[in-house]
Amino acid sequence: MSKRKPYVRKMGSTWWTKNNFHTMYIVRELSSLVILAYSVILLFGLNALRGGEAAFDAWFAGLTNPLAIVFHVITLLWTLYHATTWFSLAPKAANLWIGENRVADNVITGSLYAVLGGVTVIGLLIAFVL
Amino acid sequence: MSQVMKVEIQRYRPELDKEPFWQSYDVPYTKEMSVLEALAYIKDELDPTLSYRWSCRMAICGSCGMMVNGVPKLGCKTFLRDYPQGMKIEALANFPIERDLVVDMSDFIAKLEAIKPYIIRETEQTPEDGCSIQTPKEMEQYRQFSMCINCGLCYAACPQYGLNDKFMGPAALALLHRYNNDTRDEGKEERMAFLNAHEGAWGCTFVGYCSDVCPKKVDPAAAIQLGKVDSAKDYVIAMLKPGE
Amino acid sequence: MKRSNEPVFWGLFGAGGMVAALLTPVLILITGILAPMGAVDFSFARVDAFASNILGGLIIWAAVSFPLWLSLHRLYHCLHDFGVHAGNGVKAAFYGAAALGTVAAAYLLLF
Repeated sequence: MSKRKPYVRKMGSTWWTKNNFHTMYIVRELSSLVILAYSVILLFGLNALRGGEAAFDAWFAGLTNPLAIVFHVITLLWTLYHATTWFSLAPKAANLWIGENRVADNVITGSLYAVLGGVTVIGLLIAFVL
Repeated sequence: MSQVMKVEIQRYRPELDKEPFWQSYDVPYTKEMSVLEALAYIKDELDPTLSYRWSCRMAICGSCGMMVNGVPKLGCKTFLRDYPQGMKIEALANFPIERDLVVDMSDFIAKLEAIKPYIIRETEQTPEDGCSIQTPKEMEQYRQFSMCINCGLCYAACPQYGLNDKFMGPAALALLHRYNNDTRDEGKEERMAFLNAHEGAWGCTFVGYCSDVCPKKVDPAAAIQLGKVDSAKDYVIAMLKPGE
Repeated sequence: MKRSNEPVFWGLFGAGGMVAALLTPVLILITGILAPMGAVDFSFARVDAFASNILGGLIIWAAVSFPLWLSLHRLYHCLHDFGVHAGNGVKAAFYGAAALGTVAAAYLLLF
């Protein structure tokens, strides 16, 4: 008679707290919470903009609340964390070749950082200058 | 001069135990001692009832996968000197424990076999047909993925496999990608159904830990993302040509 | 094995990940930090003019819609990671919300 009795370990819902790599994966995925919230804030702003000047000013007044500014600082940092993970993983999803040579991972990642920098500079130019 | 390390090992004896328990051993070690050698010392000198798998002792057979302080490692390629705080050794995660550090890998093996990990030709070639010539670029498409030693560390690293063992998992999907991208192979169509399924490439959420733990520097996460690109193309083609 | 319809959502998720990584940071900096602190002119007339410009409108639409597909896709999969095995109803609600936000942003910009 077989004495086999395989023991199956249950993962539970806190598995991601037990390993640093897994924790950082969940931190990456949960950046979606603030990114989602920011999209919704913009959507409300757009709706307010279409509601006229009074509605827009009321929406904007909400953004000047210190708690709102703290929220946006957290959102910025967490979104930048998303960006760093996105850029570092992007080469894995790309198999780019120039002639007989594969484009190196750091070229792809570096280019994405350059685009982020460019977009940020252009955005700030529009905000401050135009 | 040898030091002594307290090595904790998770034991499970199916005929005696309801669940695993931790047991501690004092192992004298030198700078060169691997985890596998520490286990051998324990079995020879302290406790002959300890069970673990091993064969080559040189990171090519893929037998000695285990969790060292919660990280999937090959026992032969992990050294006590790197764990001055002590070590806790456990059977490879996400697999059923058969006994002590021995796990049941039959599901993993079945998945590796399922994706047809061999070159498929429409008409068989014979030696008389001559060589199959590949350019360096063609070989680079699959070379690193052919370095897999089937040790299962990537399955122990993958939470998606742990959460749902229907998921094909990193090594099987990397092997699928390896054969689909070999210019000598003509069997891509037979493998696409595995890739296209929810349990195939789409079961992956790109955690990326599989590639991090691989002892042979294979990058299953990259293979799966490229597999998603292949599967997405196949999805569009299937939409344009329904019924095929 | 059944073919997954995930490629559709994955494509939108990928676009959302790019937009959130490249465009969203500077927008958060402007609308959420610099403007509320008074460093940037954020008057109704100025923002309205930006949104009425074709390029400005496209930027706003992209910034609202694509990150919705990124975030709701990830949060849907996170449910599974946390051991909540949501059915097709929840899936429809998550992606439906992203679609609704996408259409609403376009509607508000166009009409």
